[in-house]
Amino acid sequence: MSEIALQAVGLVRRLEGAISHTLVNGIDLSVGKGEFLAITGPSGSGKSSLLYLLGLLDAPTDGDVIICGQPTAKLSESERADIRLSRCGFVFQFHFLLPEFTSLQNVTLPMRAAGKMSEQEMTERGLELLASLGLKDHANKRPNQLSGGQRQRVAIARALSNRPEIIVADEPTGALDTTSTEQVFGILRDIADSGRTVVVVTHDPALAARADRRVHIVDGKIHGTIEGGHADAAPTASVDATAASS
Amino acid sequence: MATRLLFDIAWTHVTARVRQTLVGMAGVAMGVGFTIMMAGLMQGSQIDFLRQLVDTMPHITIQDERRSLPTQPADREYGAVRMSNVTNLNNRPGIRYPETMMASLRSWLPGDVAPSVRTTAIIDHGGGRIGVTLTGIDPRVEARVSKLATQMREGRITDLSRAPNAILIGEALAEKLAVKTGNSVVLIGGNGTQVSASVAGIFRSGLKRVDEGQIYALTGFAQVMMGQSGVINELRLRLNDPLIAQQVATQVEAQTGYKSVSWQEANADLLSTFAVRDFIVLTVMGAMLLTSSFATYNIISTITHEKRQDIAIMKSLGMREHAVRNIFIIESALIGVVGILFGWILGYLLCFGWSHITIYNVLTGSNVPLQIYYSPMHYIVAGGVSLACCTGAAFFPARKATRVHPVEIIRGAS
Repeated sequence: MSEIALQAVGLVRRLEGAISHTLVNGIDLSVGKGEFLAITGPSGSGKSSLLYLLGLLDAPTDGDVIICGQPTAKLSESERADIRLSRCGFVFQFHFLLPEFTSLQNVTLPMRAAGKMSEQEMTERGLELLASLGLKDHANKRPNQLSGGQRQRVAIARALSNRPEIIVADEPTGALDTTSTEQVFGILRDIADSGRTVVVVTHDPALAARADRRVHIVDGKIHGTIEGGHADAAPTASVDATAASS
Repeated sequence: MATRLLFDIAWTHVTARVRQTLVGMAGVAMGVGFTIMMAGLMQGSQIDFLRQLVDTMPHITIQDERRSLPTQPADREYGAVRMSNVTNLNNRPGIRYPETMMASLRSWLPGDVAPSVRTTAIIDHGGGRIGVTLTGIDPRVEARVSKLATQMREGRITDLSRAPNAILIGEALAEKLAVKTGNSVVLIGGNGTQVSASVAGIFRSGLKRVDEGQIYALTGFAQVMMGQSGVINELRLRLNDPLIAQQVATQVEAQTGYKSVSWQEANADLLSTFAVRDFIVLTVMGAMLLTSSFATYNIISTITHEKRQDIAIMKSLGMREHAVRNIFIIESALIGVVGILFGWILGYLLCFGWSHITIYNVLTGSNVPLQIYYSPMHYIVAGGVSLACCTGAAFFPARKATRVHPVEIIRGAS
């Protein structure tokens, strides 16, 4: 395997309460830099929970998530937020765009939160990302003026805006039609090909087959791993990956 | 975290809810406006009353008595024996060497001093007898220590010197006795002396107890009525700044040994009533401002509830909890600041409007305008307290909302 970008070590997530419930049960996993990993499994198997742990959205009950060589188990919530902001990009089943903001404003949101670029640089980068995802003409539209696929592509552009090393996507095509699904998966594929690590949770075996590797989760444990060959995958939508890869 | 971003998000939230935002702003504006009006009115009336009080009476009065009796020779000589019913040595009425004392006080006093004789008398006219305080003054120096000259409604203060046994009486007393300038009345002194006096002028101080119970005469006439010729039993001081009267009185008393009573001490009961009134007014104004911030609380609660998904996604993108919380506090501050600006305008207009309302004064028998005190401090304090209430009102719903775990919201939405 190439250089490790993301690593789970004995990862456990347990919900404590009247009835204790283990969502993730001792998972060890390494994801290489530039690797496209698909996490599959039946509903309730813990794949989304694993993804949230890998993206530092949730804290493990036990174990650790190592991102680009940095252990995160002992970090405070603020430190974890900083890592999410700089190193992780998130795409969810629902786009979660801010409804009052335009596409461009949504895309530049993480950049503005990081506060490391000038307004002009952020605008240029945002427009570049939108153009690379075929949304050049939709920069000033609000989410309610976009189709489902377009919204999801804006969400992907937002995930890419801070040039994160890792993209985590939870059922990013779950609410999309076939065409949009193809587009979104193609974009994610291109992102991985450009050297970023992509971890996707999906129910769709056909789409999972286009990942470099598939991890099947059952009852919070890795049930099996299948090395995939994305070269055999169906052709993706035409996307200019230049900006996405920069 | 870039403040501009937080401000932009806050701005979009409040501008997207125009009606709610306007209601919130109106609440703040009403609270601030009425607070300013109330403060102006209360302080205005209080200052007006105190001005009348301070103008009417000397700022400090040095009396021919001491706070505590000096040690008597009998006590010094026979300390082991309990003495009682021994006539005090220092029983001579009047202030000793008043001219020397006044000269000494004038050397450092931030104001002026004048001698007077204070005694009691009964004024008898047309079968009516009324007890009064008779103050003997020197018209030449009286203007330095009192506003009596400006309070004259009929005659002048110098008219005291133009007729023998002339007196100046208050307007209310003149009405009671049905006397006019030029009429004669009979004055009966404390020692039984009866003298016919002529009314040389009528004054109105605005204070009922003064206008009904105070008369003025020349020093010599007052000494005759008291039966003590040549005695000066009171020095009256007027200061450039009446508010330092208490400190100056302490100094004067330390220097002269005589009891020196500032106007604050003389009216301690009244001032303590003012203090209670101030406390009540402040409490009411605070409650008004706090209540007005409830509208803001409502709005922020609604927004945070509606924006749970946005909060979750902002946190998931890496925005820190306190940064997201600050968005809602900024929203509240925006509502508060604009509301305060309108509140200031409203407050000024209310004050302006109320200052044109007149109320019938039973004492003076005339319509007097409501006294409004305009002070930038009212605006600053009302605005500051209101802003604090608004941000405080936003803090709790914002904190509650931003503490939500993003995964819970994302899972729920998905």
